[in-house]
Amino acid sequence: MRNDVKPALRKAAGRVGQWRRPGMQAALAGAVLAVITLAARAGDAKAPADAGVAEVHIDNFAFTPAELSIAKGTTVKWINRDDIPHTVVEKGITFKSKTMDTDETFTHTFDTAGELTYFCSLHPHMTGKIIVK
Amino acid sequence: MTKNNDNDGPVVDRRQALECMIWAGTGVLWTMSGGVPVSSLITDANAAETKGFSFLQMSDSHVGFSKPANPDALATLNDAVEKVKSLSTKPAFMIHTGDITHLSKDKEFDDAAQVLKGTGLQSFYVPGEHDVIDEGVGKAYLGRYGTKDTKGAGWYSFDQNGVHFIGLVNVMNLKAGGLGYLGDEQLTWLATDLAGKAASTPIVVFAHVPLWTVYPEWGWGTDDGAKALTLLKPFGSVTVLNGHIHQIVQKVEGNMTFHTARSTAFPQPEPGKAPSPGPMKVPAEDLRKFLGLTSVSFVQGDQPLAIIDQTLAAL
Repeated sequence: MRNDVKPALRKAAGRVGQWRRPGMQAALAGAVLAVITLAARAGDAKAPADAGVAEVHIDNFAFTPAELSIAKGTTVKWINRDDIPHTVVEKGITFKSKTMDTDETFTHTFDTAGELTYFCSLHPHMTGKIIVK
Repeated sequence: MTKNNDNDGPVVDRRQALECMIWAGTGVLWTMSGGVPVSSLITDANAAETKGFSFLQMSDSHVGFSKPANPDALATLNDAVEKVKSLSTKPAFMIHTGDITHLSKDKEFDDAAQVLKGTGLQSFYVPGEHDVIDEGVGKAYLGRYGTKDTKGAGWYSFDQNGVHFIGLVNVMNLKAGGLGYLGDEQLTWLATDLAGKAASTPIVVFAHVPLWTVYPEWGWGTDDGAKALTLLKPFGSVTVLNGHIHQIVQKVEGNMTFHTARSTAFPQPEPGKAPSPGPMKVPAEDLRKFLGLTSVSFVQGDQPLAIIDQTLAAL
């Protein structure tokens, strides 16, 4: 039991450091409790509300990985590591970031299975794909 | 420039097109006579001899940019303005081919306007993709540069000394996997704008992203640019001025002369010569050699046209 909970706590605690807003931390504390509850009820058929965070880096005008497969409920975090601003816009505009300057990030949680193509609306030759299973 | 005598047709593949581009040093003088453009490297002495109607092109000022490639884009814009003020022949007006700001912030627009005012020249703008990333997706730009004559996202035309100038916007509603984009509404407007104009009317078209395909791998082109160029084909003298790629690239095709201007902020690498089109870092003391502005001269009568680029170095 304890072994199940600890990695989840560690993972969540690690993310607290990345999110600077206090409101986010409060929300995370809630998420941690939810994970503990879920771990306690391992037989529960419900999918976890939080399937973790996957990262997509923007380097040299490219999304890396360009194609990312994730489980439902995963949050994807894009990080712009270029000297030039970029955006992340889903082709059908189901989600859209603000302009991300250097080192700024955008997160989106994927709750529905499917394939989504996104691009940078400033540099549309930059495209990427998220495959939600 | 490699001459390919076997290729008489208008169809040029990308490799040939790249071969035909001229990577200029201090400047290039274009003379157009009887539809045959001739180019030669020029010096400032040649430039001074050009008489008649001339205007300036400035581009890619990226006010607000402060990364290592240029920690102070406002200072280099100021240098460009000083260069304009020092010109022996005062240009009739100035066009700015976009990316006035880096992040479309009010302060960036304010700072740019404050410095650009120093030219004392009437100025015409088109937006770059960096000028339309405010929350209102271009409202900040239009609020400042839109007039009763601008249509849509900010396109317009005007006449000066018998030359018809057209400012186009190709940085809005960009499509996934695509390049610059004009859109049908703008192309319809362009067709109407050109309707009834004599084929002998010299045309100058300016837009941010190159209207011709420079290097699609880096997005340096316009998806429906060819549609605009088709509309311009009947005209005997068409000059297409763009920015976006922060370096001089030139091409002549039929009666059309294509030219991209240097940035006043930072250089970008030559197509394919770096992992990405991101800012090219050069030694601080050399930065101004990679920045510059362009002046274009029309001499009435025999219709030669000269495009002269100069760097911001050695003020």
